[in-house]
Amino acid sequence: MQSTITLPPSQSTGSVVSARDVVRRYGSGDTAVDALRSVSVEIAEGRLTAVMGPSGSGKSTLMHILAGLDQPTSGEVTVAGVDISGLDDAELTKLRRDHIGFIFQFFNLLPMLTAAENIVLPLKLAGAKPNRAWLDEVVESVGLTQRLKHRPAELSGGQQQRVAVARALVSRPSVMFADEPTGNLDSTTSGEILGLLRGSVDTLGQTTVMVTHDAHAAAIADRVLFLADGDIVRDLGPSSAREILETLEQVSGR
Amino acid sequence: MISVALKGLAGRKVRALLTALAVVIGISMVSGTYILIDTMQRSFDGLFATTYEKTDAVISGKEIVKASADGASGVPTVPAALLSKVQALPEVAAAGGSVSPDEVGSADILGKDGKPVARESVSGSYDAEHPQFSPLKLKSGTWADGPDQVVVDAGTVSKQQYEIGDEITVSTLGTKHTFRLTGVVTYGDVDSLGFASIAAWDLDTAQKLLHREGRFDTISIAAEQGTSSAELVRAVAPLVPAALQVKDSAKQADQDAAELDSSMSIIKYFLLGFGGIALLVGAFVIFNTLSITVAQRTREFATLRTLGGSRKQVMRSVVAEGFAIGVLASVLGLVAGIGLAKGMFSLFAALGLELPDASTVVQPRTIVLSIVVGTVVTLVASILPARRATRVPPIAAVREGSTLPPSRLAAHSLKAGLVVAGVSVASVLAGLFGGLSGAGTALTLGGGVLGLFAGMALLAPRLVAPLARIVGWPGRRIGGVAGELAGANAVRNPGRTASTAAALMIGLTLVTLVAVLASSLTQGTQDGVKKAVHADYVVGGKDGSMFRSAEGDKLELIDGVDSTSHVRSDTVIAGGKEQVVTGIDPATIGRFFAFKWTKGSLEGLGDDGAIVSEQYAKAKHLTVGDTIAVTAPSGDKAKLVVRGIHDPKAELLKDISISQTAFDALTPQPRNAMTFLDADDAAGRQIKSAVNGYGDATFHTGAGFAKASTKDMATLLAMLYVLLGFSVLVSLFGMVNTLVLSVFERTREIGMLRTIGMTRRQARKMIRHESIITALIGAALGLGVGTSLAALVMAKWHLPVAIPVQTLLAFTMIAVVAGIGAAVMPARRASRLNVLEALHYE
Repeated sequence: MQSTITLPPSQSTGSVVSARDVVRRYGSGDTAVDALRSVSVEIAEGRLTAVMGPSGSGKSTLMHILAGLDQPTSGEVTVAGVDISGLDDAELTKLRRDHIGFIFQFFNLLPMLTAAENIVLPLKLAGAKPNRAWLDEVVESVGLTQRLKHRPAELSGGQQQRVAVARALVSRPSVMFADEPTGNLDSTTSGEILGLLRGSVDTLGQTTVMVTHDAHAAAIADRVLFLADGDIVRDLGPSSAREILETLEQVSGR
Repeated sequence: MISVALKGLAGRKVRALLTALAVVIGISMVSGTYILIDTMQRSFDGLFATTYEKTDAVISGKEIVKASADGASGVPTVPAALLSKVQALPEVAAAGGSVSPDEVGSADILGKDGKPVARESVSGSYDAEHPQFSPLKLKSGTWADGPDQVVVDAGTVSKQQYEIGDEITVSTLGTKHTFRLTGVVTYGDVDSLGFASIAAWDLDTAQKLLHREGRFDTISIAAEQGTSSAELVRAVAPLVPAALQVKDSAKQADQDAAELDSSMSIIKYFLLGFGGIALLVGAFVIFNTLSITVAQRTREFATLRTLGGSRKQVMRSVVAEGFAIGVLASVLGLVAGIGLAKGMFSLFAALGLELPDASTVVQPRTIVLSIVVGTVVTLVASILPARRATRVPPIAAVREGSTLPPSRLAAHSLKAGLVVAGVSVASVLAGLFGGLSGAGTALTLGGGVLGLFAGMALLAPRLVAPLARIVGWPGRRIGGVAGELAGANAVRNPGRTASTAAALMIGLTLVTLVAVLASSLTQGTQDGVKKAVHADYVVGGKDGSMFRSAEGDKLELIDGVDSTSHVRSDTVIAGGKEQVVTGIDPATIGRFFAFKWTKGSLEGLGDDGAIVSEQYAKAKHLTVGDTIAVTAPSGDKAKLVVRGIHDPKAELLKDISISQTAFDALTPQPRNAMTFLDADDAAGRQIKSAVNGYGDATFHTGAGFAKASTKDMATLLAMLYVLLGFSVLVSLFGMVNTLVLSVFERTREIGMLRTIGMTRRQARKMIRHESIITALIGAALGLGVGTSLAALVMAKWHLPVAIPVQTLLAFTMIAVVAGIGAAVMPARRASRLNVLEALHYE
């Protein structure tokens, strides 16, 4: 099957991230495995895109490459108008700190820093001063105003993930990647975090890419991409959890 | 189970090696010391055997006072007339006289710059008629024969690149002569005696040059066939006058060796002490490393438990790991010790104490001791971590992020730390001020200091947070966010940071103690000398020794010299003990030396009087009017009446001083410790050039004398720094270890930081600053404890403390540099982490 993306090239319109003919091969010779085989995709600005697929489909690999954490074996990736192929480690780091935000499954907060310190960490790493008003807005939007002085160990899982969301939003990234953001949370807390993500897209216009196993999570997206065997095999608009589960079953069973 | 532990160890080779290195250094110092001492002993034993190889008995002067570093004026010589009487005895096959003075500067070979080529010199005669009695052997050329010929040892010849036929200048007892080099000799089989050069002449020439006309230093005798040494001694004894003695040469060799043994023992225990300190620090490092790895392997232990492993088996697996590391470290340490022994030879050489050449001696005792000590130390250090490993519950195998249950001791660490530190301080105070016996003092003091280290290590976790805030300040200023994160990282596991810093603390405490003591003593001595001595010029002996009094007398004759006063010095027996006595001229000493009298005065010193220091008077319960019995090196006895007690601030005059007249009557060859002179500048220049020609004397200006009086302290200090430096080095390995393990533990966290925008540079900086903070905590503790201990010691001596600010700042800088050095590898690892792999690291 062939991915059917018909948007114009990245430079012209609201596409923040674009990949063209991206191949990611691990190993070489007989033992070579293609995690991605010629994937092309455009991530539209101000939208929430979900990436789904069975284990080993290449969805994590795709996210890592789009986020500048990994380099494609061949093909072209552009993030915020910058072609990332051939960037060295320092340039990639700069790209990540200027344009990309991250939310992890296991929250990955620093245990010795308070919530507030964790949130402003990306700005401090970049040597930037936090904008007070923006910071307050972000903290308020994730509902952490009362918890800023707490350390991660004193926060619940949901609260820790809220800190992580705030940390990703604080540098106003061009695109925010969420890797299984609800994978380590119960269903109620998951709902709250998903609401937070949806809200940041709607009110802040935050372009977001979410990799997930969870059909209910994918159901909040504006677009759902399905990967299988290193290819994008389906590309749906807003879908219900039931539609997503069915599609997933189809692509997994191929 | 044990094979699991060993396989695990094999899987972590770098870590095992890093851990082992902590013990390797201590063990190498222990084995190196034994190798050094054994090698030195063998080479000296060889020399003694050579000296008496073909000799059955020796006649020499009776040694009343043992020649020491302070120098005795030597022993009586043997009249030449005795030789023919000995030769006439039927028991004697052959006898020959030889000249071999003990005096300093008896034959200084002078280099092109006019200075002696070796630190000490040995002079001698070679009697062509009795070659069997000489330890010298001809290597090339011919023996010296005639008043203008000399032979020199092969070591000096090759060092100075002399050729046979060269003109060589030798200063014999202060007089310069030029000789032609006719031959190159060895002493037995060795080319060089190390720190001493050898010059030898024919017997007549030697007797003239060394002021022994018609006399010998020794007569060597070989027995007729069938006569035993004992029979020979009995036959010769009636001929020997009271001031002389005849001895069985085998006994003499044994006695020489025994004397050497006792001085070697001092060196041995001294060096072993430093090896012990390095081992103690190594034990800390091993304990810390194993504690961290046990904590990191919580899940592994839990899995073993769920699979049916018992607590005992878990314990055994950790102890087995310690055992393997211990054995590995001991073997490596032993090998390194051989290298270290060679290094120490070079170190001694660099400090001007070259030793005779000999091949390296590794006794079985050295091997066994090194391996046993190294293994036991490591095993002991592994017991506590092993016990903690047994407390991992099996359920930890299935829990996400399980951590080791806190140590049962941790809850009591504050109380325990305070108690241990308190008891230790009390013990130190008791040792210093309790007035115990020598051994008691050493025990309470040493135990107290060791206990203090343990107490500080227990308290350190509580001190880490506040200290890290203080010493982390520069890091936060210059390191930005990386510095801030480093500060936070340093305190997130206070116990770990504390024990890493404690290892460094031990070394730095001792270095600081030594530095503050040295600085205080130097300051005290220099101030004391400045206050006591008011002279334009002071002439002293070389290296704190003495110079011939005739040379001092010559200085008086120089035009422009206003006044002079000589201070004689020699070792006598006083109250059954060797004691250095100074001889002063009561008429002139007052012009140059300010006495601080406690009782009596210089008045009426006379020829039978003495003045003593207050310290000596107290120790011997002496007061004015009491008498002291002394025996001079010549054997002459005298009774001295105490006429005055004074309280010197610097040890220029010794505990007992007598009048110069009385002194010269007791010692046939008097020597000066100091000559004070008041003179104009022109005369000063003349004095200087005259003194430079003496060979055994050193010229000082009045102002420079105070500084020169503490020169030896600087040399000793340098040596102590080097020896204590090893302990600091060991703690450095501990810092590397802790950092590597911390980076490993925080893999995922570092991956996250890199993902959200931390550059490699920032990652490196973060680890580096964490290391610097740990080092500075160690430095703060070490400098604090060391300075306090030094202050206590100085308080005991009633002397003011002089804190060497620059030196302590330098130690702090060294700690920073050590921190940076320790962080190089771990920081590199952190910055090179593959971000993707790190993120998925568990």
